[in-house]
Amino acid sequence: MAEPLEVSYQELKHLVSDRALNGETVLLNMGPQHPSTHGVLRLLLELDGEVIVNCVPDIGFLHTGIEKNMESKRWELAEVMTDRTDYLNNTGNNLAYCLAIERLAELDVPPRAQAVRVILVELERISNHLVWLGTHALDLAAMSLFLYCFRERESILDIKEMCSGQRMMTTYFRPGGLWRDIPAEFEIAVRRFLRMFPGRIKQYEALLTKNPIWMDRTRNIGKISAEAAINMSLTGPVLRGSGVAYDVRKAQPYSGYEQYDFIIPTGTHGDVYDRYLVRMEEMRQSLRIVQQALDKLPYGPFRSNNRKYVPPPRAELGTSMEAVIHHFKLWTEGFTVPRGAVYQPVESPKGELGYYLESNGGNQPYRIHMRTPSFVHLQALPILCKGHLVADLVGIIGSVDIVLGDCDR
Amino acid sequence: MSEEHLKITYKTIKERFGLHDSDIMKYPPTLMVEPEKIVEVSQVLRDEFGFNFLFELTAVDYWPEEEPRFHVIYGFYSHANNVRIALRVPLNSDQPSLHTLEGLYKGANWHERELWDMFGIKFEGHSDLRRILMPHDWEGHPLRKDYPLGYEEPQYTFNYDEIDKRKHHGRYEEA
Repeated sequence: MAEPLEVSYQELKHLVSDRALNGETVLLNMGPQHPSTHGVLRLLLELDGEVIVNCVPDIGFLHTGIEKNMESKRWELAEVMTDRTDYLNNTGNNLAYCLAIERLAELDVPPRAQAVRVILVELERISNHLVWLGTHALDLAAMSLFLYCFRERESILDIKEMCSGQRMMTTYFRPGGLWRDIPAEFEIAVRRFLRMFPGRIKQYEALLTKNPIWMDRTRNIGKISAEAAINMSLTGPVLRGSGVAYDVRKAQPYSGYEQYDFIIPTGTHGDVYDRYLVRMEEMRQSLRIVQQALDKLPYGPFRSNNRKYVPPPRAELGTSMEAVIHHFKLWTEGFTVPRGAVYQPVESPKGELGYYLESNGGNQPYRIHMRTPSFVHLQALPILCKGHLVADLVGIIGSVDIVLGDCDR
Repeated sequence: MSEEHLKITYKTIKERFGLHDSDIMKYPPTLMVEPEKIVEVSQVLRDEFGFNFLFELTAVDYWPEEEPRFHVIYGFYSHANNVRIALRVPLNSDQPSLHTLEGLYKGANWHERELWDMFGIKFEGHSDLRRILMPHDWEGHPLRKDYPLGYEEPQYTFNYDEIDKRKHHGRYEEA
């Protein structure tokens, strides 16, 4: 690779229209360091005046080879890398990975661990939506909301820190349950959040929902029909904004979601405004789920008793030889997962997050593929932004809610 | 209701195209499909059985095994019936190729580009088959099993120059 390879004109000609070749339209580069592209996303825009004729997303600036790296790590060590993909939904990534292993190994998870998982994942969903709302509003020039959102997000991060010792990269869920039991203050902190947060959502909505500037900037922008959205494999709030009530939590419940009572909000127009409304309602529904899960949080073990996958309690090591052997085995060579492959979907705040795991019976994953919502949603961006102004593009990127770490992996 | 739909689909597809079960997939239910038949089978799945959503498209490399060298996995979901089904396509050669599914599912576009980038699986008839995650001048396909993970060699005083020569910037200086 001594000589940098030049890209030929012929090779890239098909990306733009013929008008660009005649010089009628302008090609403009946006990103990868543009503050409104939410990370390192580069967009090649073909503009007719200020109207977008064509948009070519260029990704991969944040590609860190996580899938390749995971293949050379043991199962339990590879989990640490899942946190780093979608860095606004750490516990959600852990959950997908753990559920996939549990499915492959037919590992049981006690009810308490499942309920705690649901609580944390739903809080994470709120926290993700808060970052989304803050940055999305900031992109459309509503500055103050950003600070309010991050203030509330802080209390969620505090809860995560309380459980796992980390604010973001928790790796709190482990195959078979949790890393450790929740602390005594957990319930108090979550209840305090549950009391505080509904009022805060009202505040946000008071600032935005009926705000004429906000409505002007978001209504009838970035529309996509339900059929087109399904054909583009869109999921999550983007699909629900177009009126398809598809949510993995309802469609194929995992972690005991079937016990909880909640609704799937949907939009009608499939524009930026509807996606905003859907996400705002989702935060309320998440609160409902957390409330229900916390009210009937069962007592009992916080991780499985299967010693082939889950380490024995510290207290047993002094008295049981078997426990020492299991402990030694788990810390030196890790656990093995039976040969097989599985695809495990979960509903991440951004859409369907799926982990494809394949094991050849060893202590390392043979292949891991993450079907990440950001990657899939980003390819719909050209469809969403065609015919809109450059200023609206910023709102459309925000409404799709991408994280480039999730996209490039 | 939906499980029944899945059973009927599975059985019909299996008999009509003479397919067999995949022994490795635990979930979702999976059929092995020959590379030539993939477009045909997906077309039937979409139009006759309502599998309108492509949720997964990925590949696995079985190097050093030659037959099959790769498996490409397609996952389909039906919004009307709420069921998932998957197809696995074995590919033999070192430079495998497969027909694109872009015509049926537009969402396949970037997935196929990713597979080209990471595994070197060529998709015939694809509208824009360029690398997507790696730089355009990258050599090799990183997720293949015969592609090294790429550790950096530690440089000591006795081998500093030797290793430095093999590095990128070293070569530029030479030129």
